[in-house]
Amino acid sequence: MAECHDSSTATLPPLSGAEGRSHVVAIIGPPNAGKSTLFNRLTGLHQKVANFPGVTVEHHMGKVKLEGGREVFAIDLPGVYSLLPRTEDERVTHDVLMGTMKGLPRPDAVLLVLDSTNLSRHLMLAAPVLAVGLPTLVILNMADDLEKRGGGLDVAALSAQLGAPVALVSAYRGDGFEKVHQFLAGATNTPERVAARMQLPVLQDIPHCRQWAADVGAGGKYRAPAPPIWTRRLDDVFLHPVLGPLIFVVVVIAVFQLIFTWATPLMDGVAAMIEASGHWVGGMLPEGLWKSLLIDGVWSGVGSVLVFLPQILLLFLVIGILEDSGYLARAAVIADRTMARVGLQGKSFIPLLSAYACAVPAIMATRTIENKRDRIATILIAPFMTCSARIAPYTLIIAAFIPNNRIIGGFLGARAAAFLGLYALGFLAAVLTARVLKSTVLKSGKTPFILEMPPYRWPTLQSLGLRLLDRAKVFLHRAGTVILSVAVILWILASLPLENGKQPPIADSFVGQIGHLVEPVIRPLGFNWKIGIGLITSLAAREVIVGTLGTIYGIEGNEENAGLQNNLGLQKALHQDLTPGGAVALLIFFAFAMQCFSTIAVVRRETGGWRWPIIQFSYMTGMAYVCALIANQAITRWY
Amino acid sequence: MDVKYHISESVGVPKMNLTDLKQGETGVLDSIKLPTDDARRLMELGFVPGLSVTSAHSAPGGDPRVFRVDGSEIALRRETARQIQLRPGSGPKHK
Repeated sequence: MAECHDSSTATLPPLSGAEGRSHVVAIIGPPNAGKSTLFNRLTGLHQKVANFPGVTVEHHMGKVKLEGGREVFAIDLPGVYSLLPRTEDERVTHDVLMGTMKGLPRPDAVLLVLDSTNLSRHLMLAAPVLAVGLPTLVILNMADDLEKRGGGLDVAALSAQLGAPVALVSAYRGDGFEKVHQFLAGATNTPERVAARMQLPVLQDIPHCRQWAADVGAGGKYRAPAPPIWTRRLDDVFLHPVLGPLIFVVVVIAVFQLIFTWATPLMDGVAAMIEASGHWVGGMLPEGLWKSLLIDGVWSGVGSVLVFLPQILLLFLVIGILEDSGYLARAAVIADRTMARVGLQGKSFIPLLSAYACAVPAIMATRTIENKRDRIATILIAPFMTCSARIAPYTLIIAAFIPNNRIIGGFLGARAAAFLGLYALGFLAAVLTARVLKSTVLKSGKTPFILEMPPYRWPTLQSLGLRLLDRAKVFLHRAGTVILSVAVILWILASLPLENGKQPPIADSFVGQIGHLVEPVIRPLGFNWKIGIGLITSLAAREVIVGTLGTIYGIEGNEENAGLQNNLGLQKALHQDLTPGGAVALLIFFAFAMQCFSTIAVVRRETGGWRWPIIQFSYMTGMAYVCALIANQAITRWY
Repeated sequence: MDVKYHISESVGVPKMNLTDLKQGETGVLDSIKLPTDDARRLMELGFVPGLSVTSAHSAPGGDPRVFRVDGSEIALRRETARQIQLRPGSGPKHK
């Protein structure tokens, strides 16, 4: 390891002017420098995802607790290679550093995070960032890797070269953070002056910049580490001409198997807990309307959606492991030829893959695609990818209609296979749509596919944990707002008009009347009026249909077994209500239809108007209707 | 490390580009024949004229291919790699 007896004091200037305002420190660095890991180390649980006003680049903001109870706000900016505002990410980083970002004060200081194992290249970003003139701590991350691979540097010498304090840390292991805290605390109030700063290069000229970086590195006695042996060995396997694609397919299948088979015991556990608590609460309440609202409306409605929390978290866990380990970039390389065939570029792969979790962050992630037409095409097809909200209705319908037999030599369950089929269906719809769009209205020149391969790393428990916590919060927030309000409104409409002061049979209620009104339209698809209600409420969010059916069957079941319908009961009821043709049609409808207010809102914001979201909604929902109709008619006729 | 913006004077000599490197072979970067923004992006990622580049793993069928340059590994499609030229006589060498 390098000598760490750096004499320069790393400090933040004292609070100036703005009384009572905490210091704001911006964390910037190139992609793959370990910025997020460092941010997580610094802020732990005191962070939240936020959007910059006016733009949709997501960023994390958090509080760093310092000794003596002081706090500093840290903003994790998008990863950039330069400060030239070309992409939206770069513009955001540029604007924040310059203090021209609306709603944000200019940062008081900057933490510049660079990869110490790749210093000569990463130092190129130091030139424009130091030129901004804010107090900057240059953090050389991945110190553990640098040491392990036989590299090193002289921190004090490098600090003198840069004219800025330098800290060598390992965000992964949590080493070297004393200096970062010391910088943030601004222990002494005298901003240092380092005279011997290297002349900063002209920023436009990259070869010149690169030469400057090499000189600074040499002045800092930088010894580049040996190549990452393990990464190369793993790539020999993961990017092997034959093994590579094979492993890719096995990984995809394993992910599905994990999410749809192993999640079952967890989901059963949550379902049992919700049911038991419902019985317990129900038992303490007197019979009547209030009990019905709470148990049949809220508990059934919200509870039947909450059941899917373990499964959704498991999906995000798997995506997190794939991404943090570095495998995702390799998967993108293997998948690129397929992407090219439908006219999309490799950069669309990452947004489309995250669309498997949720279309909203996926659509935001398209900001990294510089080509506007490619970006819109990616936005338009992203909601076809099977997002986690579809898991709820899919699981319910599949469990109700498909026995859990093992197929393909016992490796894959029949239900997992059905899931895989639905995922393939969504993917196919996306691919065909992309092809049509890219060969007609959104034709464009080619943008180069450039993707950096990060070294393989073990994902840290902290990063994975924070990711899951984030998603759980989003999911529970939705369950507590959208799904709860839909459940309550639905219960009210299902309980009115009162007959002799009592709830009417559900078929005579307002909900029943609305359902019967839409029934002629959906009858050819094999759906009855109850499913129709579910389709209407699921326009808000797909998973709402499960809660809606939970509520409808909950109220309906009132006469016989005044209690909560558990998921098994819901499956049985659905099995009686749908023909196999209708079940397949319902699955297909959910695969294609755009039932998600959040997605419509984010598409409007991203494309700057109502034109694209309206086109997208009509196209997807029209396609859903036609395909569901064909499926139901064909199955009913031939079987 | 020697980094210079190199403009080749050897006009007319058939130049090698990145796609001429077989897996494991190394050459020295000369120029990038792409629009300014794309060329800048590539240079920011390490494809700076004068640096050496090694052809590494690839997706099945050889496209896209991963190149080792300036301490990083970057995947490029064949159509992009073809526009990145090597210094005449610099490669291919087997490392």
